[in-house]
Amino acid sequence: MSNHSATAHDHHDHGHGHDDHDDGAAHSTFGGYMTGFVLAVILTVIPFWLVMGNVFESSSTTAMILLGLGAIQIVVHMIYFLHMNAKSEGGWNMLALIFTIVLVVITLAGSLWVMYHMNVNMMPHMNMHDMQTS
Amino acid sequence: MSNSHAIQQPGATSGELNFYLKEEHHPQNGTLLGFWVYLMSDCLIFACLFATYGVLGRSYAGGPTGAELFDLPLVAINTSMLLLSSITYGFAMIEMRKQRIGAVQVWLLITGLFGAAFIGLELYEFLHLIHEGNGPQRSAFLSSFFALVATHGLHVTFGIVWLLTLMVQVGKHGLIPENRRRLMCLSMFWHFLDVVWIGVFTFVYLMGVLP
Repeated sequence: MSNHSATAHDHHDHGHGHDDHDDGAAHSTFGGYMTGFVLAVILTVIPFWLVMGNVFESSSTTAMILLGLGAIQIVVHMIYFLHMNAKSEGGWNMLALIFTIVLVVITLAGSLWVMYHMNVNMMPHMNMHDMQTS
Repeated sequence: MSNSHAIQQPGATSGELNFYLKEEHHPQNGTLLGFWVYLMSDCLIFACLFATYGVLGRSYAGGPTGAELFDLPLVAINTSMLLLSSITYGFAMIEMRKQRIGAVQVWLLITGLFGAAFIGLELYEFLHLIHEGNGPQRSAFLSSFFALVATHGLHVTFGIVWLLTLMVQVGKHGLIPENRRRLMCLSMFWHFLDVVWIGVFTFVYLMGVLP
């Protein structure tokens, strides 16, 4: 790995100017991609098997495991396919990612939380209607 | 007050200087960082659509539920198409580093074909749903479902257009620095769409069919 980035660096010293950014994703190796791919396949097959095979009785257990596996797979893709690390682009990639994750969590958790309580507390008739029809 | 100010100031500036000097010995081209920021803003669009689906996903309005509509084997095939296209794009990037134009073009073509298969299957699913009267106007659940999944599908479609454009560019000009930069931006875009699809098949399809 370090060998590879060292040669990449030598290469850039000759080419002046605009190809300096090349090593932003230089850590893509065949092994890295294959590791990511195998992990991604495993993390994809398990959730489909859990749901299609009706492995767990309780659907909330299954949902929790699905969300956990999904989160792990996203991290795997980030590391092995998108080559995220704390050092790329001087840390600014990671900073933007963390900022986005904070906003995503606020958006998702906030919407679900607020709207769930709206449904439960403010529209009792609506709830009964839902229960009758579905 | 002024005393504490004087103590804080040197510490703050030296910390900043350290950061820049250690990490960046020369200024870099900002294209990849800028593209990453674009992807993050795109991520926020998807977060809003996911939140909408999360809120409305169980409002069936007396219509069909996800368990009745979703064809999980089809979704599994779709998922594998996108995952395979991700790894083949990775192979194209590896060949790009070895400066092998022919291999890059072949892997890009295979990636595009997997992407086209994905879009084809998704269109088949949509047409099937609409044909049975379960289009976006049927219920809030289906409106939010079509908004989210079709936005992802549009991204993949434009990714394929971009990929074909780059194949022409690489064929015409070879792997010049500009084309390498473009290929790396598309690589990020393509892998990012695969990441979004993880959320779609987990949150929409698999959790949608749970009782």
